[in-house]
Amino acid sequence: MANIAQATREESATPFQRGIKEALYAGAISFGLFFLFIGLRTDQNIRNELILVPRWGLLASVVALVMAGRFLYVAYGQPFMAKQKIVDVASGLLPDSVATRFFRLPYFIAALVAVVLLFVLAGSLDSIFGPVLAGYLRFFRALAIIYALASVMFYFRAFIQAHFSALGIGVLVAYPIVVVVALTLISGSMAGGFQGSLKWVDNFGIQILIYVMLAWGLNIVVGLAGLLDLGYVAFYAVGAYAYALLATQLGWSFWILLPVAGIMAAFWGVMLGFPVLRLRGDYLAIVTLAFGEIIRLVLINWREVTNGAAGISGIPKVSFFGLMSFNVSDPNYIAKVLGIAQSGAYYKIFLYYLILGLALLTAFVTIRLRRMPVGRAWEALREDEIACRSLGINTTTTKLTAFATGAMFGGFAGSFFAARQGFVSPESFVFLESAIILAIVVLGGMGSLVGIAVAAAVMIGGTEILREMEFLKAVFGQDFTPELYRMLLFGMAMVIVMLWKPRGFVGSREPTAFLHERKAVSGAFTKEGHG
Amino acid sequence: MTAGKSLLDIRGVETYYGNIRALNGVDVTVNEGEIVALIGANGAGKSTLMMTIFGTPRARRGTITFGGTDITDLPTHEIARLRIAQSPEGRRIFPRMTVMENLQMGASLDNLKFFDEDVEKVFALFPRLKERIAQRGGTLSGGEQQMLSIGRALMARPKLLLLDEPSLGLAPLIVKQIFDAIRELNRTQGLTVFLVEQNAFGALKLATRGYVMVNGVVTMSGTGKDLLADPEVRAAYLEGGRH
Repeated sequence: MANIAQATREESATPFQRGIKEALYAGAISFGLFFLFIGLRTDQNIRNELILVPRWGLLASVVALVMAGRFLYVAYGQPFMAKQKIVDVASGLLPDSVATRFFRLPYFIAALVAVVLLFVLAGSLDSIFGPVLAGYLRFFRALAIIYALASVMFYFRAFIQAHFSALGIGVLVAYPIVVVVALTLISGSMAGGFQGSLKWVDNFGIQILIYVMLAWGLNIVVGLAGLLDLGYVAFYAVGAYAYALLATQLGWSFWILLPVAGIMAAFWGVMLGFPVLRLRGDYLAIVTLAFGEIIRLVLINWREVTNGAAGISGIPKVSFFGLMSFNVSDPNYIAKVLGIAQSGAYYKIFLYYLILGLALLTAFVTIRLRRMPVGRAWEALREDEIACRSLGINTTTTKLTAFATGAMFGGFAGSFFAARQGFVSPESFVFLESAIILAIVVLGGMGSLVGIAVAAAVMIGGTEILREMEFLKAVFGQDFTPELYRMLLFGMAMVIVMLWKPRGFVGSREPTAFLHERKAVSGAFTKEGHG
Repeated sequence: MTAGKSLLDIRGVETYYGNIRALNGVDVTVNEGEIVALIGANGAGKSTLMMTIFGTPRARRGTITFGGTDITDLPTHEIARLRIAQSPEGRRIFPRMTVMENLQMGASLDNLKFFDEDVEKVFALFPRLKERIAQRGGTLSGGEQQMLSIGRALMARPKLLLLDEPSLGLAPLIVKQIFDAIRELNRTQGLTVFLVEQNAFGALKLATRGYVMVNGVVTMSGTGKDLLADPEVRAAYLEGGRH
């Protein structure tokens, strides 16, 4: 009886009242949570004593922010979303979706005008509006650009969805060219264009593609074969050190050492695979985690070979298939051969296409393997190991091939990483890297190549973009460093995606076997609770 | 009924889970072309016997021979390669893979030469599966999953089909469909079937011969008809009341 009375009172409360109530709850919870995290800070005073610095103002503003957010969500957000699902009686139609209301032609034109205006005035913004307001205006300009691009994508959404893979590859291939051309036009000189492209090609392009490749490699082990591997970075490390050591000691070329690094990583994949054959789930995760740490500790402590924590430097660059080199001092330096101006950008652009090629190779092999007996056996192994065995599948070799194949691509990526950095040290191969790669695989939707690529672009690109947020200093003060918040944003993004799309960005699984015609499995089937 | 030569021979098999003895010296023979049913109460060891044939868990004593080959100590996947197929307890289909992919997994021993032909045979037997061809295994109904499990086993072109409780949790009409399909397979293709069931009436009606298992020992055996008529079997498994 008491329950029923409670329920009716709950229903009779207006959203506004409920909003206030829930805001108070949220405020109490966040106060309890953040009291120690934010309210108090330990510091050293002048005599090196530990003291507590209270930060009540900051605590109050964080709690107020949480309360306001909860209130707005319950009082306005939830009723709005509920209304979206109610059909209009007169017309029998659902209300326009939020997206169609958000992306409208007048807004799009306004955004374009704003962008053009702000670019024209770019040089004189500071003098007209003062530095603070100019910072905001630059932020606004960035938002307007994003809005305009999003509008275009929204307008062509059906086309984009239908040709996503082809478009994606096209964009990736064109990306460095577009960047160089755009920056040449802006700066007015070819050299300026190449110089300016360094950041975009290297920090964004190459960095993201390395993670795409690593995540696609791990996807074979985790997404297809269902073997939870928390130590994937170990194979990355094996590949990187294999190239670093063999190239510096023996002077072999990258093109010979790339397969060698892959084979060595695959060998270590099998070495890890043997002891963990009987393990599954949590236990497997722990052992692979330990394996990743063992490799890192060996790299730190085996000083005679790996030079310990100091790492290996002076790793040779990749050559253009032995025809041209990217070292300025070499006689066959690319700029001398082609008769163009010297620039470091050529090497970066070449590396970009190299990692793009390696990543696409990973994707191609994964797609092909899924349609072959071994790939199908991996997926079946993920679903039910006992059933697999009673169908005559040798689960031992199936698991080992999954570990070896995944590790091989990790090794490829590792040797690329060593060649790109010119320096490797155990610092680069910590557990956090494994966690990030695994997070990308899970966020993208285990087994989905497209989803994983999108997740990598969002997660890695997003953290790189934080470095570009200099204008935030105008808002939060000069000692504000946005990069420090990348892990916070990473975590928040994961929570949000997992709440809204628990199976990742792309949760559906592409079937691989067909009788006569291809039929896609609709999303409705993927929502059910198995697997 | 013409009893062919013995295909599966289980002699004095003892199986343990840790220190608990689940099978206590079981003797069962399945001859070529027969449908043999094994009935018994919960926990009698029926499913354990099924699993022991496949080597998980292994028999600690006794021998299991299949077509003259001793398979007692063979790894599970090699036993399957001798063309023993199993529709295991709880069906164990691959839930995220489509019906077609599940069937393909069943044929993973072959070089797909007979694949199209075999798929059509399975669809002829279970037309429902053809309607569900691109659907995920996990989204099928219980009866369809059972059909898929049997269909997947058939894709391996087995000499012996092991069925563990094919009627479990299914509506009587579906049970009848599945039993009809088993009878059909046996009659037209001469497939040998070894069947474990709690549904004693249906199983014994279907079977050429039957065994009754109590507490890890076979206590009775005979033709399906004889067992159906036996007063003790009737009292224990058909009419209820006494255990």
